[in-house]
Amino acid sequence: MKLKANIATSDNGFIFNPATGDSYTSNPIAAFILALMKTGKTDAEIKLEILNTYDVEATALERDWEDWMLQLKDANLLEAK
Amino acid sequence: MAALIDAPLVIGVTGLNATENPGPGIAVIRALKDAFPHVRIVGLAYESLEPGIYLHNLVDKTYHIPYPSAGSEALSQRLQAIQAKENMHLIIPNFDAELHNFIKIKAELKTIGINTVLPTHNQLEACSKPSLAVFGKQHGLNVPKSLSIFNADELYNAGDELNFPLVIKGKFYEAEIAHTAGQAQNAFYRLSAKWGTPIIVQQFIKGTEINVAGLADGKGNALSVIPMRKLYITDKGKAWAGITIVEDKLIAIAQQFAAASKWNGGFELELMQDKAGDLFIMEINPRFPAWIYLTAAAGQNQPEALVKMALGEAVEPLTEYKVGKMFIRYALDHVADVSEFQQFSAFGEL
Repeated sequence: MKLKANIATSDNGFIFNPATGDSYTSNPIAAFILALMKTGKTDAEIKLEILNTYDVEATALERDWEDWMLQLKDANLLEAK
Repeated sequence: MAALIDAPLVIGVTGLNATENPGPGIAVIRALKDAFPHVRIVGLAYESLEPGIYLHNLVDKTYHIPYPSAGSEALSQRLQAIQAKENMHLIIPNFDAELHNFIKIKAELKTIGINTVLPTHNQLEACSKPSLAVFGKQHGLNVPKSLSIFNADELYNAGDELNFPLVIKGKFYEAEIAHTAGQAQNAFYRLSAKWGTPIIVQQFIKGTEINVAGLADGKGNALSVIPMRKLYITDKGKAWAGITIVEDKLIAIAQQFAAASKWNGGFELELMQDKAGDLFIMEINPRFPAWIYLTAAAGQNQPEALVKMALGEAVEPLTEYKVGKMFIRYALDHVADVSEFQQFSAFGEL
């Protein structure tokens, strides 16, 4: 899934949706993932980077990834399929 | 701007009531001061405690003017007396309730050198709260179902037709959400006592509140459109903080409104976006909103553009603005001496 092209993110994890005015703060890991998503990497590439950077099992990552996607979708930050 | 006229620009402004439910006057003046640093601002106030009267850094001189209920003749006479001293180039009215009189004396004002940029009476009426549903239907604009009622008994039919909760709105200002027939009745009596009838009963739409400040040229074109998402809303439903956003649908609605109404001057669309993303026009305000300074801060100074229109200068549509510009309103205890209050109360000018 891709972030909407107009979503603004900053290094410190602040997210701003210019179409709705909604803003969010994210923790360092979320900011790390958002930065990767902004570069256009695929989900698989991002997950690989997470596995290489953080001490996390692949199964736990998969579970958390689903939750992450749901949060982004709820926040209206993802491109429609 | 200096090339337009030789004499210093003098602009009359109403709506100096920068209270918890502020009039737009002070925000309009701030925008004008940004655009024309040497402008002379003549405040036009209805009451002695309108804060703008005492803000001498923004308002050079203030005159008392008669309430709208005194009629257009009384307003005309007072403005003629003020004009003899001030030589105003234009007046920017900022209250819904005073517009009828200003439109009525527009030609008279012009003969004494005062320009205005105002809609016509028909345009004003077509976009008023009681007529909004019809206007929306005529022009394909999404407006919640609503009814205009003159008697509390009519609330029962309105409840059946629109279903609770209902939004009960005053003719000019204020609205209350009613979840029961009793609440609706109380709101009817409260608002009709204050603003008269009709009372507008509107279908309740749950969603995100977005407002659009606009300026239209009277020929069907929106010259400037700035959408703002409310971030903090007071108990009167007013934006205490907001942020500029970018959404093509919002710009399109404002342009559609300008084209349909041929609106001339400033306006505000109050919109609600429901969960499905559909936009509803809840209200059209026939003047600049109290948050109008945000348009200047975002790069489209709408009061400045209106002044240029009033003085006959061609104004090209403004299309670029900064997204993510915020305003956060604040309250300040301004200190003034009683002698100033006395001066304005007794002599009608300060």
